[in-house]
Amino acid sequence: MKKLKAYGPPVLMIAPSLILIGIFVYYLIFGSVQTSMTDIHELAQATGRQESHFVGLENYATLLTSPDFLHSLRNLLVYTLAFIAGTMFFGFLWAWLLDRRSKAEGVFRSLYLFPMAVSSVAAGVVWQWLLNSSTGQEASGLNRLFQYIGLGGLQNGWITDQDWGILGIAMPAIWQMAGYIMALFLAGFRGIPDELREAARVDGASEWKIYRYVLFPQLSPIALSALIILGHMSLKIFDLVVAITGGYTYYPTKVPAVDMAFYLNSGDYALASTVGVVLLLIILVLIVPYLVHVAKEDK
Amino acid sequence: MRLKFIAGLAAAALALTTLSACGTPETPPSSGGGEAPPADTATQSEVFTWWTSGSEALGLTALEGVLKAKYPNVEFVNGGVAGGGGSAKELLQSRLQAGDPPDSFQVHAGAEAQDYIKAGQVTDVSALYSEFGLTTVFPESLITLLTSEGKIYTIPSNVHRANVLWASVPVLEKCGLDTANAYYATIADFATALDKCKKAGVESPLAVGNTWTQVHLLETVLLADLGAEKYNGLFNGATDWAGADVKKALEDFAKLMSFTNADRDTIDWEPATTKVLDGTAAFNIMGDWVPALLDSKSLIAGKDYLYAASPGTEGSFDFLADSFSLTEGAPHPDGAKAWLDNISSKEGQIAFNKVKGSIPARTDIDLAAEGFSEYQQSAAASFARDAIVGSIQHGAAATIKQGNDTNTAVSKFTTSKMGAEDVATLQAALVAAYK
Repeated sequence: MKKLKAYGPPVLMIAPSLILIGIFVYYLIFGSVQTSMTDIHELAQATGRQESHFVGLENYATLLTSPDFLHSLRNLLVYTLAFIAGTMFFGFLWAWLLDRRSKAEGVFRSLYLFPMAVSSVAAGVVWQWLLNSSTGQEASGLNRLFQYIGLGGLQNGWITDQDWGILGIAMPAIWQMAGYIMALFLAGFRGIPDELREAARVDGASEWKIYRYVLFPQLSPIALSALIILGHMSLKIFDLVVAITGGYTYYPTKVPAVDMAFYLNSGDYALASTVGVVLLLIILVLIVPYLVHVAKEDK
Repeated sequence: MRLKFIAGLAAAALALTTLSACGTPETPPSSGGGEAPPADTATQSEVFTWWTSGSEALGLTALEGVLKAKYPNVEFVNGGVAGGGGSAKELLQSRLQAGDPPDSFQVHAGAEAQDYIKAGQVTDVSALYSEFGLTTVFPESLITLLTSEGKIYTIPSNVHRANVLWASVPVLEKCGLDTANAYYATIADFATALDKCKKAGVESPLAVGNTWTQVHLLETVLLADLGAEKYNGLFNGATDWAGADVKKALEDFAKLMSFTNADRDTIDWEPATTKVLDGTAAFNIMGDWVPALLDSKSLIAGKDYLYAASPGTEGSFDFLADSFSLTEGAPHPDGAKAWLDNISSKEGQIAFNKVKGSIPARTDIDLAAEGFSEYQQSAAASFARDAIVGSIQHGAAATIKQGNDTNTAVSKFTTSKMGAEDVATLQAALVAAYK
């Protein structure tokens, strides 16, 4: 009875969110895993008109030996590396520049943050035009711009390259998210009291040493959070690809999330779930060490 | 201790939801026909389409007007969702599986309806064909393509032709080609003409857009090289996808692709066709939804542009059609029947197709007297006369899954170097998709 009094109210308070998360996160994950181990490759099986069977890990084997899905995984890796490197670089650079109390800081801050406010699909439609793959006489978009500024040699087919076309998708993604990383770092810079810099200066530290030994160490937790946020965002890349390539079937820039939509659209629920679970596992590899790290720090 | 308790609670919640989820019936609810009011009392008709903009939306409004006149007691509920093939179909599927179906929904006539038929989501409407007297007014070959194991599940509202070549008269002049007739008897003749254009300084004489328009081009090449009968055989197992004639067609396709614009993957059909209209390309192979675009630029057939059957396909009509279903478990089956009668009736087909730019599926309409355009009259004449084959890209001959797989394979092909090895890969992928 006493126990109930102590635990009852708090449990009641969190019960609604627990139940909702239970249903909409964990139950659905369970459902996906279950579907991924069946042979529901047709709509008729999904509605129960035709039999479906348990096939164990067969779908995983199918996917992981399919050159097309491996192409998607490779694209995802290239994209993630480029996206993280690009956003971290530009985010940090801009934050650093603004931290040096440049004039019109407010204007630049809004300018850099603004792309984040544009919906990915709207941005994708515009970038589809910018990334027009014609060169020479018929060029438009960025390739045309290169011609105007005398850098005609930089013209290329952007997303049309089977090996590196995915970098054409990374570009708008970096453009969208770098401002957010800038805001994170800027907050980090501002969180460091001026006294620390002044003390370092009094001790005779050069400007570089102040950054190296005073400011950077203070920013490292922010860099880690930024990395985790960017990492899991990049693994889920979907909207930009679909908006820029106009569908689920464009081969050069295929990524797993697009494959998932592709299989779902084809009525192949088993393979769609399998892709979903594979994606979840990849994200877990990234997130779990971070969560463990945070939990340890809290203790 | 506290953690354990919370974990236990979460587990209990999870178990509860699992149980309740197991309790819901897996089979879709059966048709509630018994309780539905007869058509002369007030009812509703909710129709799911992806006609939400442009001439399609206008056509739908026209149909709604005809329905109101024919069935004043039936209230039309527009369940339209934007998003063409992709998202609209996914939303429809989730509604069907959740037991909240519309009374009737739009589906490409032919193979694409197969998924719904096998999944038991549409009802046999063969009886309605005789009730509305449709068996005699639709071309026989169309009815054959619509029939699945002796039953028909959808009723077409309009017909489009996919194998049409659009050509720019000024560019043809520049290339030194025939400016009166744009029909080429074989793909080889067509390639020669394209080559002539290229030498005359037209950098990319054949305009295409992103993947689906490339598949559209491929199907017209297959039709040209195989002929109507063997082409139809591709979808019932009579023609082998692995055969030498298919390989030849794929090589021809690669040849044609070498004359196309470099920005094809970053534009849709409209900018591609516009290249012909503004004179940067000579030809474009696209379905006959092009005239709406031509009209908007006030161009005149014969003077500014030519149309003809796509190279090597004279005598074949590569068709696609929008059709409507009677949904299994429709909440208002009588409303759905009223809708189906409406879209297949003379008045309905005239009102709709005049606005949308397609042609009626019925052959008993005098198009000239009803004021249809010259192109529509010529297309209707071909439809009544030609061998009818189904479109791959537009769901008449290929199921959704086959169409999707074809698109991926073609995209992989056209972004490669399109060499002999790539042709083999494409052919293998097609064999797998249609097995």
